[in-house]
Amino acid sequence: MKLMVPVKRVIDYNVKVRVKSDHSDVDLANVKMALNPFCEIAVEEALRLKESGAAEEVVVISVGRSVCQEQLRTALAMGADRAILVEADLEPDPLGVAKALMAVHQKEEFDLAFFGKQGIDGDHSQTGQMFAALAGLPQGTFAYKVELIDGRVQVVREIDGGLQTVALSLPAVVTVDLRLNEPRYASLPNIMKAKKKPMEIIPAADLQLNLEPRVKTLRVEPPVERSAGVRVGDVDELLDKLRSEAKVI
Amino acid sequence: MTALVIAEHDNSDLKNVTGVVLAAAQKLNVDAIDILVAGSDCARCADQAAKYPSIRKVLHADSPAYEHSLCENIALLAADLGKDYSHILAAHTTDGKNFMPRVAALLDVGQISDLIDVLDESSFKRPFYAGNAIATVQSLDTIKVLTVRGTAFDAVALSNSEAVPIEKTDLNYDTGLSSFVKEDLVKQDRPELTAADVIISGGRGMQSGDNFKLLEAVADKLGAAIGASRAAVDAGFVPNDMQVGQTGKVVAPNLYIAVGISGAIQHLAGMKDSKVIVAINKDEDAPIFQVADYGLVADLFDVIPELEQKL
Ligand SMILES: Cc1cc2nc3c(=O)[nH]c(=O)nc-3n(C[C@H](O)[C@H](O)[C@H](O)COP(=O)(O)OP(=O)(O)OC[C@H]3O[C@@H](n4cnc5c(N)ncnc54)[C@H](O)[C@@H]3O)c2cc1C
Ligand SMILES: Nc1ncnc2c1ncn2[C@@H]1O[C@H](COP(=O)(O)O)[C@@H](O)[C@H]1O
Repeated sequence: MKLMVPVKRVIDYNVKVRVKSDHSDVDLANVKMALNPFCEIAVEEALRLKESGAAEEVVVISVGRSVCQEQLRTALAMGADRAILVEADLEPDPLGVAKALMAVHQKEEFDLAFFGKQGIDGDHSQTGQMFAALAGLPQGTFAYKVELIDGRVQVVREIDGGLQTVALSLPAVVTVDLRLNEPRYASLPNIMKAKKKPMEIIPAADLQLNLEPRVKTLRVEPPVERSAGVRVGDVDELLDKLRSEAKVI
Repeated sequence: MTALVIAEHDNSDLKNVTGVVLAAAQKLNVDAIDILVAGSDCARCADQAAKYPSIRKVLHADSPAYEHSLCENIALLAADLGKDYSHILAAHTTDGKNFMPRVAALLDVGQISDLIDVLDESSFKRPFYAGNAIATVQSLDTIKVLTVRGTAFDAVALSNSEAVPIEKTDLNYDTGLSSFVKEDLVKQDRPELTAADVIISGGRGMQSGDNFKLLEAVADKLGAAIGASRAAVDAGFVPNDMQVGQTGKVVAPNLYIAVGISGAIQHLAGMKDSKVIVAINKDEDAPIFQVADYGLVADLFDVIPELEQKL
């Protein structure tokens, strides 16, 4: 089996973003960037499948600017075999990303794709599902557990009421949730080795797709900030405040 | 302009969040709103939906292929019916998040996820970066595919007025690509997290699943739902459906009590729109205190039993 893992470059999850003063966007200048945490989990799951002998190759793909190569290298250092960057000046919307990935898939013919369940920047949670629909493939979103059983992939999904298990024919798309696995760190020797692994760069223009954004951002604002309230000394004072001041109990 | 609202239900009852999505649809000022009820043996839900005020009709698709809301099938149905509408809306729940992007892709349009406000028929507000920024976005597509945050609008209630017509559709999409195996749903005698007035949540500070009994005793007295941080879920104290946060549930109760939770941005993303926040934590520098209306610096194992007793 050949595995595809689309990975996204995002702000590091520990950084609290600030909105630019002209309200055009968030300020990403000099902010630490990283591999999207859900994508790390997706890479890890693909690597484990390869290590179990069920898959031969793990290909990581990113759609975006040239700097995304950094995150592709991170994924290679974790153990992925090769990387593809679909290079675009601007990062497309989820539908555009899905279309670009579709173009790569048509050439490569992957058996199983592992996406993150969401990018922690845009919080869209769309790209894997859109890719699956374009490719006419089944999907198991928000995966908690993934197993290959009798030529199908069985996915336990985290849903609002608990867990749901579905079985998908292959090829298939899985989007991974936080509890699926604990991603490994890249060791120093592997970081060195990753520098020599193949990285193919495909200019987005070569794919002849319309990747124009469909959604325009008009304005970005900070959320209404809550201010810290008061400290109470003990349970009696707390209950008194909740009853007579806040009137919520 | 007409809008299609896709109902969420369990084949026997509509979920309250359907009324929330309908409320968002009403803000679009479209000429008519229809509701799609797709499921298996779900006529009862279609009857319920027909009781929503100010809608035009209910579309009812009934087939075993739609039983577990299998997204491959539901998406084909919703895209086929939805192509005649200007807006298609569903809840930003794990169900809506699962099938709606497929609907958008099938129609070759973008999707706007998790909207919290409708400004006009094409402009919306939505949080991103774990709620640390709010974007006003405009859709340039002819069909707008939207998922709605469940706490952002007051749910439209079912009315006693005359029911609108129910139109049965026999569109039966069954791709056979996926099949349902099983479901392990957590039985809850308590209010649902996303609809609760009061929530008490525990974090890593609870130390064990057993200790959540302390919170249960308080919740019993307050009629509260129980939530958790990711750390508490990851540690196996409680099931995943209790997680509040950027990647769990978004809640906005009147009262949210955070117990032994530090207040990471990913947790705050799921609860900072609560009306009143109480934090109980033994570390006086815990970030949760920066958003709490009332903070109590104390050991939870001392104060939670006392709280329960005094309620
Ligand atoms: C991509 C991503 C998504 C995430 N999504 C979510 C999400 O949806 N929801 C979420 O919650 N987290 C999420 N997280 C995790 C988040 O970053 C934090 O790790 C998590 O919220 C911490 O949980 P906690 O506050 O329970 O644990 P900790 O941060 O360990 O805090 C425990 C707190 O308990 C206090 N405490 C300990 N003992 C006692 C005692 N006896 N009495 C009183 N107080 C005590 C401590 O002082 C401490 O403040 C996400 C992380 C990532 C990377
Ligand atoms: N620009 C991109 N390049 C590669 N993969 C992406 C990109 N954007 C999104 N993805 C994938 O889609 C997942 C969900 O992202 P999103 O739909 O933006 O929430 C991510 O975790 C990635 O696996």
